[in-house]
Amino acid sequence: MKSLRISLTVGTGVLLLIAGIQSCKPGGSKAAITGDAAEKVYVAPGKYDEFYSFVSGGFNGQMSVYGFPSGRLLRIIPVFSTQPENGYGFSEETKAMLNTAHGFVPWDDLHHISLSTTNGEHDGRWVFANGNNTPRIARVDMKTFRTAEILEIPNSAGNHSSPYITENTEYVVAGTRFSIPVLSNEDVAINTYKQNFKGTVSFISVDQQTGKMNISFQILTPGIDFDLARAGKGPSHGWFFFSCYNSEKANTLLEVNASAKDKDFIMAVNWKKAEEYVKAGKGKKVPAKYAHNLLNEKTHTATSTMENEVLVLDPKELNDIVYFIPCPKSPHGTDVDPTGEYIVGSGKLAAVIPVFSFSKLQQAISAKNFDGTFEGFPVLKYEAVLQGEVEKPGLGPLHTEFDANGNAYTSMFVSSEIVKWDVKTQKVLDRIPTYYSIGHLSVMGGPTKKPYGKYMVAYNKITKDRYLPVGPELPQSAQLYDISGEKMKLLLDFPTVGEPHYAEAIPADKISGNALKIYKIEENEHPYVAKGEAQAKVERKGKEVHVWMTAIRSHLTPDNIEGVKVGDEVYFHVTNLEQDWDVPHGFAIKGANNAEILIMPGETQTLLFKPDRTGMYPFYCTDFCSALHQEMQGYLRVSPANSNVPLTFSTGTNKPAGSDAAADSTKKDVSKAP
Amino acid sequence: MPQQTALKKTYPKHHKMSTTSRIIVGIGSLVLIAAYFVPFWSIYLIAPQYPEGLSMQIWLYKLSGQVEIINGLNHYIGMKHIKVEMFPEFDFLVYVFGIFIALGLIVAFVGKRKLLLGYLALFAIGGAAALVDFYQWGYDYGHNLDPHAAIQVPGLSYQPPLIGHKKLLNFDAYSLPDTGAWIIIGVVALFAIVWFAEGRRQKKNDKT
Repeated sequence: MKSLRISLTVGTGVLLLIAGIQSCKPGGSKAAITGDAAEKVYVAPGKYDEFYSFVSGGFNGQMSVYGFPSGRLLRIIPVFSTQPENGYGFSEETKAMLNTAHGFVPWDDLHHISLSTTNGEHDGRWVFANGNNTPRIARVDMKTFRTAEILEIPNSAGNHSSPYITENTEYVVAGTRFSIPVLSNEDVAINTYKQNFKGTVSFISVDQQTGKMNISFQILTPGIDFDLARAGKGPSHGWFFFSCYNSEKANTLLEVNASAKDKDFIMAVNWKKAEEYVKAGKGKKVPAKYAHNLLNEKTHTATSTMENEVLVLDPKELNDIVYFIPCPKSPHGTDVDPTGEYIVGSGKLAAVIPVFSFSKLQQAISAKNFDGTFEGFPVLKYEAVLQGEVEKPGLGPLHTEFDANGNAYTSMFVSSEIVKWDVKTQKVLDRIPTYYSIGHLSVMGGPTKKPYGKYMVAYNKITKDRYLPVGPELPQSAQLYDISGEKMKLLLDFPTVGEPHYAEAIPADKISGNALKIYKIEENEHPYVAKGEAQAKVERKGKEVHVWMTAIRSHLTPDNIEGVKVGDEVYFHVTNLEQDWDVPHGFAIKGANNAEILIMPGETQTLLFKPDRTGMYPFYCTDFCSALHQEMQGYLRVSPANSNVPLTFSTGTNKPAGSDAAADSTKKDVSKAP
Repeated sequence: MPQQTALKKTYPKHHKMSTTSRIIVGIGSLVLIAAYFVPFWSIYLIAPQYPEGLSMQIWLYKLSGQVEIINGLNHYIGMKHIKVEMFPEFDFLVYVFGIFIALGLIVAFVGKRKLLLGYLALFAIGGAAALVDFYQWGYDYGHNLDPHAAIQVPGLSYQPPLIGHKKLLNFDAYSLPDTGAWIIIGVVALFAIVWFAEGRRQKKNDKT
């Protein structure tokens, strides 16, 4: 008995000791949440968010729309990736949108977002996004929240330094991340990088009425890597600033070889001057193959045109376009403050954040205050263009945005934090942790001339323990902060889809009133539209069978189709006859090798179906539309290739029993059975 | 008839209304023209999934509003498609209303108070006839259902309210006068006040 008591006592002691050791384990950083955080992000049921935020989807190739301050996901807009969910990239109308010089490319890596501006302020017209992998720029219409245009960028590889826009959306720029052999023999040894590889930055003009993009000119640059870019504004309007790394011109193990030099560059481009050269006919038209894909809103159909040439400016032959500003250690962000006077370089391996002055840059250029040349281009003297440096900002500065009160916010990848500092004095004012390893940040209206401030979002690269575990593949994590006061406050932590790189937010009332509710059926100019059930029909053109189908609650017309044969290509052109808000219909058929389609009210979309064997193929509405949605279904009968079953179609009626004796004389007509 | 002669005897000198009253009646009649350019009656439908509501406007000669959407929804319960041809009234209402305007101008021109009373009575009859007609249409629309309709609730009919609110399945239906009707109601009320004031004035004149 005694020994039991002793052993119990000893046992308890050991347990306590273990517990003690456990509790001595150092804990991680825990967020300090202020008491009113929940209230600040609570958007009551039926109420709307204050901001729309267009968030890049990274490797999902799409763009997500979030509402702030709630952090609710409102929509995912397919841009560079197919979306079987609604048929984007699968329907006959949208396939052309993903066409490139390499053919149909159904995926891309969507990195950055730019909302169109007028006079440096958001105007609620378009959202631009870049495809990083197969260089492309997309334009999304803010009325329809749909991809309206995709333009491929020739002479580019890794379209990362994109899609940044000038003050009045005159141009969207696209800088190449990888330099490659351009305008010459492309089949060269990789180790001839230094001789053969070149970079380009493209200036894409934007039609102010239609938004239609066009590559106005490309500037040929030394063979370095472009990372990010920002346009000047106000006094610096007319200039563009591109951050670059790999000034070492390495083609292997860049991790080491591109980090050797103490300073890389911010490339300053006088695009107004470049524009003058273009007008004076100084550009050179060179052959280039690239796709230009445009959505026609009347026919609901995208077309792809292959372009054959592009205008190239060689700044080596044309002076005063390109200057290099030394910037410490592989700069990522190159961000222009709301006044347009200061350019902030964020060197991700640097110990300081340099702030350059645009007026000093102008003086240094006119005084030729140069520190030698790089590849024949003038390099400005660092001290001559420097306004000041933010000392000890943290580790791994990546990207800086601004509020309306002269404050800058810089994301710190390595030290997982955001640092707030004063643009004029470069004094650090505050710092707050992020979870974890922040990439870009987004202040509401941060890149515009008049930031809205109020909220800031951290888009992080590492998630780990922030949410319930879901296996090895995790969502990305984002945090919303209140920046209205002197101290930044964490309000909300929410998971995001894809891998958001960058995002821009716009006050909801700037665009919510323009959001399209339906397509007007009388304006539908689709070549296969059926504007009413009377126009529904089926026609054969050789091996092609075209079905003009209508959908309205709760039936498809026609819903019985016979006479289709194995080897036929059946095009279901489905028109949604509804003219009511939020009554989409869907269409899917058994065995289709593509996807389904969703058809918005008044719209026509086409699904191609190639039956591979004889049989009965049911089709139905996939978007729950009404109380009798489940009844919204029909049959396609597919007969053998040599069959002589006549092409017939109907809804609500049946042929007389036994009229189809030619194809099948033994089976009873089930529909007429008692 | 004896009543009338009696009236004549009582107020032989003052059977004409004042110039002001006649101008009011004249202008009031002209104001009625506005009713051609605005909807006369409105039907509103609100349901959980239609928080923004659906509406249909009835004019003197046409329909407007979300008629097609309402038709799309109502076909489930076998209601007829609402269309202009359903309302033969549209063919003659514009003329009938024109006659009303002309009669008002005649009343103003002739200036007799008695005639104004007759005019008001005519309005009352016309209004009542319109409501009866509207009720009959509503009865037919709500009861005469397609026997093959998808949703059939035995014993249930869907007659819209003549005026005011009624619950029809998941919809709250409202039937209310629109701008046109309010113009007519306002003008008729004004005429009634004129008639009443004229009566007081003539009585007063008679006493002195």
